[in-house]
Amino acid sequence: MLIARVVGTVVATRKDPRLVSNKLMIARPMDPRGKPEGSYLVAVDTVDAGVGETVLIVSGSSARMASGLKDCPVDAAIVGIVDAIEVATGD
Amino acid sequence: MQLAKVIGDIVCTRKDENLDALKLMVIQPIGAEGLAVGRTLVAVDSVGAGVGETVFFVRGKEASFPFYPVEAPVDAGIVGIVDSYDVPVSSVDVRRAGL
Repeated sequence: MLIARVVGTVVATRKDPRLVSNKLMIARPMDPRGKPEGSYLVAVDTVDAGVGETVLIVSGSSARMASGLKDCPVDAAIVGIVDAIEVATGD
Repeated sequence: MQLAKVIGDIVCTRKDENLDALKLMVIQPIGAEGLAVGRTLVAVDSVGAGVGETVFFVRGKEASFPFYPVEAPVDAGIVGIVDSYDVPVSSVDVRRAGL
């Protein structure tokens, strides 16, 4: 899974019918210390995350196992809102 | 599967219901020299690994198999704690390892 910061939302009128009523967010992956890395991605939000929050994103076929996304054409889903990240010093 | 070092953990109160009671660890993949390779990621722990331990983890949907029949939405999972591993010096990147 990836740690990411939600930076925006996506509105799409024309989309796959199985995506209707799902919330799409733009997220920027980051390392555990908060430094952005990699490119932005669009993820389906299943936990009511808001812009600016740090979230946990599951990608690939596992994204379909998130609640309510069975058989949906998605490859990234927000499955948790991060409260705290603890990283050992020196690593 | 890949070797990694557990470097931290994550706390999420609001999360997918199938992630309840699962332990989320921050891991850094490593090479045979024991040095970091690639980006850190979050993996779910099914073997009781702790911070500082060397582990191996699986990527993809298979990461949810230890929690079967619960379909946990996870794409990386720690499936073993490494006691030791042995690689002949001839097969590691000696310059990278500083040997």
